[in-house]
Amino acid sequence: MIRLERRPAPSRAWAWATPLLAVLATMVAGGLLFAFLGKDPLLVIRTIFWDPILGEFAFYYRGQLLVKAGPLVLIAIGLSLGFRAGVWNIGAEGQYIMGAICGAAVGLAFYPLEARWLIFPMMVLAGGLGGFLWAMIPGILRTRFNTNEILVSLLLVYVAEQILAWMALGPLRSPDGAGFPGSRNLRHYDAAANHELIAGSGMHWGVVAAFIAVILGHVLLSRHILGFNIRLAGASPRAARFAGVNPGLLVLTCLGMSGALAGFAGLFEVAGPAGQINIDFNVGYGFTAIIVAFLGRLHPVGILLAGFLMALTYIGGEAAQATLGVPAAAIQAFQGMLLFFLLALDVMTNYRVRFDVRARA
Amino acid sequence: MLKIITLAAAAAMSASLPAVGGSHGDGPVKAGFVYVGPIGDGGWTYEHHQGLLAVQEHFGDKVETVYQESVPEGADAERAMTQMALQGADIIFTTSFGYMDPTINVAAKFPDVKFEHATGYKRADNVSTYSARFYEGRAVQGHIAGKMTKTNKIGYIASFPIPEVIRGINSAYIHAKKANPDVEMSVIWVYTWFDPPKEADAAKALIDNGVDVVLQHTDSTAPQAAAAEAGVISFGQASDMSEYAPLPRVSSIIDNWAPYYIARVQAVMDGTWESVDTWDGIGPGMVEIGEITDAVPADVKAEAEALRDAIGSGEYHAFTGPLNKQDGSPWLAEGETADDGTLVGMNFYVEGITGEIPN
Amino acid sequence: MDLGSINPVLLVAALLLASTPILLAAMGELVVEKSGVLNLGVEGMMIVGAVAGFIAAVESGSPALGFLAAAAAAAVLALLFGVLTQVLLSNQVATGLGLTLFGLGISSLMGQGYVGIRPPASPRLELPVLSELPFLGPVLFSQHAMVYLSLAIVVGVWWYLRSTRSGLILRAVGESHEAAHALGYSVLGTRLAAIAFGGALAGLGGACLSLVIVPQWTEGMTAGRGWIALAIVVFGSWRAWRVLLGAYLFGGVSVLQLNLQAAGIAIPVELLSMSPYLITILVLVIISSDKRRAQANAPNSLGRTFHASG
Repeated sequence: MIRLERRPAPSRAWAWATPLLAVLATMVAGGLLFAFLGKDPLLVIRTIFWDPILGEFAFYYRGQLLVKAGPLVLIAIGLSLGFRAGVWNIGAEGQYIMGAICGAAVGLAFYPLEARWLIFPMMVLAGGLGGFLWAMIPGILRTRFNTNEILVSLLLVYVAEQILAWMALGPLRSPDGAGFPGSRNLRHYDAAANHELIAGSGMHWGVVAAFIAVILGHVLLSRHILGFNIRLAGASPRAARFAGVNPGLLVLTCLGMSGALAGFAGLFEVAGPAGQINIDFNVGYGFTAIIVAFLGRLHPVGILLAGFLMALTYIGGEAAQATLGVPAAAIQAFQGMLLFFLLALDVMTNYRVRFDVRARA
Repeated sequence: MLKIITLAAAAAMSASLPAVGGSHGDGPVKAGFVYVGPIGDGGWTYEHHQGLLAVQEHFGDKVETVYQESVPEGADAERAMTQMALQGADIIFTTSFGYMDPTINVAAKFPDVKFEHATGYKRADNVSTYSARFYEGRAVQGHIAGKMTKTNKIGYIASFPIPEVIRGINSAYIHAKKANPDVEMSVIWVYTWFDPPKEADAAKALIDNGVDVVLQHTDSTAPQAAAAEAGVISFGQASDMSEYAPLPRVSSIIDNWAPYYIARVQAVMDGTWESVDTWDGIGPGMVEIGEITDAVPADVKAEAEALRDAIGSGEYHAFTGPLNKQDGSPWLAEGETADDGTLVGMNFYVEGITGEIPN
Repeated sequence: MDLGSINPVLLVAALLLASTPILLAAMGELVVEKSGVLNLGVEGMMIVGAVAGFIAAVESGSPALGFLAAAAAAAVLALLFGVLTQVLLSNQVATGLGLTLFGLGISSLMGQGYVGIRPPASPRLELPVLSELPFLGPVLFSQHAMVYLSLAIVVGVWWYLRSTRSGLILRAVGESHEAAHALGYSVLGTRLAAIAFGGALAGLGGACLSLVIVPQWTEGMTAGRGWIALAIVVFGSWRAWRVLLGAYLFGGVSVLQLNLQAAGIAIPVELLSMSPYLITILVLVIISSDKRRAQANAPNSLGRTFHASG
């Protein structure tokens, strides 16, 4: 009989080996799927995992990896703090939208003033504040009225989407847009644009912010009393209360931080890669970031790596669609498989497989 | 009534002369398509993909087509286009309004690649725009609706308050009113292009409120089924939706992109491609009226077909005065027709429609 | 307030049907969460149910077989989640989200040949005598069979959790898996059964969309209803009756806002289209502000991994 035995401490070797094994297993299973669809499995796998990093057009794709991973990592770092403390913010998508709206609104309000030193920092602040305030709604409802934050943060995503549509069609609509929806393009307004820092590199302020968040998140969790309180509250809420942690304040702090980071991500996206507020501005970063947070085992460095892996499957998956005609749905299923293998094989980190020969009583 | 505005023709010519990046001198022409939805949506993207298939069939191995579906607007769209351009596409069709700025951005980086952006208004030396005058089809639908309604209430499921949708509402209303002066129209804004259950609920809500003809400007067939169950009539949108004929679907507006796509790919092959602004309707066949079924009385059918032909030949314009705006202020005098500038940015209802346009 | 042309009886009839997919999925998730498992993959299971049910109904010509196939396919997908989270002890939140991604992808692959086809009609169920009532009968007592089935499932789940031995074990497992394990109950078996049941109901909800409400197969047609079902379970604070209330409240406001538009009532559309979400939040705030009662019904082991170390 096969059974699992908990390791006294997580295995460091397996912690590194399982992601690699999972990717290999996904290649095999995904290859079968692609072969079933009549595509050359080796070619598809190579297009997804190899070409974006080292292929012919990697000079372009590498930058795009940063563009795609930046918001995922930034949001996931914030979410991981709450998840560690047992605070379930699954509405980062809404906070991302509100950050983008608030930040863009500030930038557009100054149009066409050219004062980047003033406008861009104010937009960043407004973006963070927008996400923060939107996350404060579930926070305050939870601490004041004991309303479950999962439900409120999730439903507020849909409310934020409605506000986004309203903004794109109404108050923020470009006056020069002939009545079409969508704001002015912030990339064409230098004082408000989040341009690439080095042309063609994909590196913009949002990516920089993501790296800073990884470092600060690491310091916070390993060195700061707040990080200790977060971990304590997650492990044992009772113990945390005895240790003098104010549970209400902790909920507000966690939701506030994750909301603000999601808001920053939204602002950097709308002022940079996306360029404008539009009805379909949000593409699900807030939800994908939840996956990234857990794939990274709620650890800042893990999240960084997980963010890049997810970005790679997106970029490579798109390349496989456009060059090899693989259906978008097959790529989605492939991503799902990758997650399953990563999560399933993770068991090896904390458990040992034992083959029991003795008969059980 | 094909109307082509040629912008900077000389510049476009000179851009196409040194065909270094575009490889159409030797080997097949490569055409890329960027879609906003899945090709199985049964409506908007489905019809664009039919256009791709028509291109493939027409040119055989002289053309190579690639496409990417469900591409979100914004950064992802830019990447999809860049990717196609890097891999040697000669012409790229970007098939959603939201791809406008990404198309312009990418086109600036690849001056030798031709871009074709659907439903937008920004052009460049290597960027054309194209769109269809769906409102011409709405006029025919409106006429049938006005004649067919027994409760004198027709309903319209609208997606978002943008000029294209508002044009359709106005055109349908004007012609319904002409056919039946007692007609009233209810509009429901669902704030989505594609959410089948919500579209079904919206159709039911209209029907429950006494509507017996349902028009839609959303992409799924859900309203058709709701209409079938309630025994009222409906019209196909974007694609023919003929599986619901002869009832409830009594006719349809079909987006037929195939002739345009074939012509544009041909132009790349011949080296005659220029940046143009195409806004075609029933005449050139970009908008087709699906078969009017026998559920429509013969005289109404004949009138509707006559209206279609009059619009198609250019002898009649769907927006012909006298017409007032909703607030009663005059818009078009007797016999005057709307200019394209006003139509492109239309943001008002015509007189007689109740309710307000959300903004 | 003058409601113009809105007919309250038709409105109720419409909301019953419109709420049914969410109600079914939410009842399934309720049972799953009561056993201590958080499966965020409802959307993925619903859409697989929608496509599987559609394919089976079209191929066999029988809507009933369609619903069975929907339940079975979604239950299989749910068991994939079950094996990953219960046997291989993977993280439930991430696995559930992965399940949604996988389900959306696999459903559109499965449904590629089925776009633009009409499924066989699911007949309405005419309740004898009642459906002949002059006014209420035709609309309230001649609904689709799934509406009645969903109500029967609510009663069944309520009774099962409250009054049966196996329901008691399921709740015990959800409250404290260590204690239940120590008492000799199979945590793994109970949870896998609950997960499969939850999947089956989500699948039925999906098939309700593709076979009754829409009825058509289109990619991504669940359009977020699985997420709403998750929210409704929380709204109902893990009680069957309140889940029913929540589903009907949400469905009711969604249908009402469309009716208000159709009747030409002058309320800004932006406000109307966010009203289902806002009103659901508002009602939850009101009913959960009593600190002593709220959350008391949430299973204590919800979302926590169980490993029998004995």
